[in-house]
Amino acid sequence: MNTLKTIFIATLAAFSIAAQAQTIMIRGATVHTMDEEGTLENTDVFISDGKIQKIGKNLAVPADIYVFNAEGKPLTPGFFAGVSSIGITEVSAVEESYDGGLALDEIRPEFNVVPAYNPHSSLVPVTRIEGFSFTLLGADPKGSIFGGQGRMVALDGGYESFFGGAVLFINVGRDASSLSGKSRAGQWMLLNQAMNEADNPPVSTESALLTRAGRGTLSVFTDSGKVVFDVDRASDILETLRFANKYGLDAVILGGAEAWMVAEQLASANVPVLLNPLVNLPGNFDSLGSRLDNAAILEAAGVTVAISGAGSHNARKQRQMAGTAVSYGMPHAAGIASLTSNPARIFGVEDQQGSIRRNMPANVVLWNGDPLEVTSAAEVVIINGKLIPMESRQTKLRDRYLSENPEMPRAYIKP
Amino acid sequence: MRYTNILALLPALIVLPVSAAQAEAYPSTYSPLPSDATLITRATILTGTGERLEDASLLMSGGKIAFVGEGDVPAGVTTIDASGRWVTPGLIDAHSHLGVYPSPGVKAHSDGNEATKPATPNVWAEHSVWPQDPGFSRALAGGITSLQTLPGSANLFGGRGVTLKNVYSTSYQGMKFPGAPHGLKMACGENPKRVYGDRKQLPSTRMGNVAAYREQWIEAQKYIADWSAYEKKLADGKEDATPPKRDLKLETLAGVLKGEILVHQHCYRADEMMTILDMADEFGYKVTAFHHGVEAYKIADVLAEKSVCGALWADWWGFKMEAYDGIQENIALVDRPEGSCAIVHSDSGEGIQRLNQEAAKAMSSGNRAGLNITPERAIAWITSNPARSLGIDEQTGSLEAGKMADVVIWSGNPFSVYAKANQVFVDGALLYDRDNPDLQPVSDFELGQLQGVSK
Repeated sequence: MNTLKTIFIATLAAFSIAAQAQTIMIRGATVHTMDEEGTLENTDVFISDGKIQKIGKNLAVPADIYVFNAEGKPLTPGFFAGVSSIGITEVSAVEESYDGGLALDEIRPEFNVVPAYNPHSSLVPVTRIEGFSFTLLGADPKGSIFGGQGRMVALDGGYESFFGGAVLFINVGRDASSLSGKSRAGQWMLLNQAMNEADNPPVSTESALLTRAGRGTLSVFTDSGKVVFDVDRASDILETLRFANKYGLDAVILGGAEAWMVAEQLASANVPVLLNPLVNLPGNFDSLGSRLDNAAILEAAGVTVAISGAGSHNARKQRQMAGTAVSYGMPHAAGIASLTSNPARIFGVEDQQGSIRRNMPANVVLWNGDPLEVTSAAEVVIINGKLIPMESRQTKLRDRYLSENPEMPRAYIKP
Repeated sequence: MRYTNILALLPALIVLPVSAAQAEAYPSTYSPLPSDATLITRATILTGTGERLEDASLLMSGGKIAFVGEGDVPAGVTTIDASGRWVTPGLIDAHSHLGVYPSPGVKAHSDGNEATKPATPNVWAEHSVWPQDPGFSRALAGGITSLQTLPGSANLFGGRGVTLKNVYSTSYQGMKFPGAPHGLKMACGENPKRVYGDRKQLPSTRMGNVAAYREQWIEAQKYIADWSAYEKKLADGKEDATPPKRDLKLETLAGVLKGEILVHQHCYRADEMMTILDMADEFGYKVTAFHHGVEAYKIADVLAEKSVCGALWADWWGFKMEAYDGIQENIALVDRPEGSCAIVHSDSGEGIQRLNQEAAKAMSSGNRAGLNITPERAIAWITSNPARSLGIDEQTGSLEAGKMADVVIWSGNPFSVYAKANQVFVDGALLYDRDNPDLQPVSDFELGQLQGVSK
């Protein structure tokens, strides 16, 4: 990094959280476009009005803009923080600070977590300064096997930073057993009944599973929208494929500990998998087949793979997870794709996130080394064209305690 | 007067039954597996004592390290050319629940928290350890050669932990680290007060936690005094003296007060750790390590001054209120003062498989904050420092002549997501070889599963 960067980084603290999009030049980066152009060496990226305006070599630098000399370091699209409750939770065990699931003992697919999103949650800066520009807000199953709906959100701190369509979350398998009469066969019974109700409203409301709004929600998803099935066991995944096919649902597998065992079926059904590459223990009877090269096997079979599973507070661990997938056989470029272009394509938001392309919203990260390496870190993060201050509640706590033996109590040190 | 002082006045010949019971009960039957004398050459060696040797050799012979660096090589040794590869001591996890919360994590396997009373120092984690936990094999593939399995944190006094060699055996006794002292798991903060407060029992507050601890220590002091009085009567020739009734809870606590059992104190907040340290002073015992300590960075100087280890995560935070102030520089800041003892622990069946990566994250976070930590220093966080906290640093945790030959050969710099443990030696025996499926153990539970699936 040259001195220009140092100067500008020093000024970043002064930005308000509602910072406007800036005019920014990144010079001489190794640009992982995650698009048709592949990886471009020694390339400049020019950003203004929130968008990537130019990608090329030796671009002219207008006066009075932010310039970062990358010196060959990698520039990637902003990373995907997985399915999370970032902005929906503050402290997991503090119930009133968590809004990610509806604990009513009813089937309410119309539940949607989006109105609970708080862009001022401390998790938003903690996550984005590690190079993550977007996450999929999930809906946890608390009262039924239908978790409800969530949506993509950009981590730029805006109140209205949602994009893409609503995503429906359904849990099947072991986790959902207690929510379906203690049988996974009961899950398919209930799911079939719910889908049938969506098409043919019951005459009597007494035996109905769904509210009118719930029927409306499910009808929408038979036409368009992604339905995420949280499922691990191979046989359950195949049942999910049959179910999705029967009702015309656009399925995505989440978890998929044994997905590698049905990789061919997933590939031919064109159903993608969101997975955690660290899962290799038989943690339960649904994941006896879990293994570290799950991602590599699926990718080689032609399944679109994205990373999810680091949770909300430690979503930054997604990088280590993709690195582990690469360490166990996934090509490095596919590892980057699993955090960028793949999740964007899976959820139909490739015009917003996941690649570096002209006229796209500028969601890019400059890294100090291999973005999948645990010793690397993000140096510059730009989300929707906004230069993100590299600060969080955690960096402030660090800076408060970094000085040794201060004269006054540390409450007077306010970084 | 503190109790240690009273103990110091006791005649040395008086042996309390406390220690006798501990020394004999459920003894280790571990013995090293057969090994060949093995010479590793041309490796980058991190010794665990702060040194980094380039293009260096290490000889293992008779289960021990014969030399590190250069030395006499007898004829007929097996030689491994480790060019481009790195060698470290076997990794040690000071905080695991392998065996007591094994995989699969079904209710029938939930054996880590005796959450029926807030003080259960009478329970021993080893009596819950299932030696067939598949997690042991995964940890071995991550270079773990020793670990402490602890009870959970529901209770103020959770029970005794056990230090294991990471070898498969049909009994935990066959894994038990010979001569390792017991640990006592204690927990402060949210967990005990939540578990018992929800039942409208003591403790339901942090002050209730401390009151309940202190009451137990007072009982333990009386227990020691009662036994001392009895021993004195015997010494005075009163052979009809009646011994006090043996009490498993108080035996454990007395073992702590006598310095025979090491205290592993789960505690998150800095202020609570300070309270615990004062309580240890009040009753004359030592806290060996704080575990989890997400706020340990706030009192790093105190921990170093009092010679208390901090067994910590690289980046966990926010899952409960007392974990809200976690920062990624915690380990590096705890490591900073002279005399510190920073440890990367896992508390996780996943984390124990990649302690090296957790250390790498902590090291680079520290370096970005300007702390200048080298791999040869950071390796101590997962080798010699945890060995110290478990009281096994005389035997293992560093590569020094005469120590147990617990050794890992890594594919490259272990401070990387791409590094893998290629070969893992426990007491000189090659117990894991990434290139040889015959040397990759499989627990009984996993044998024969998923028939018809081609792996």
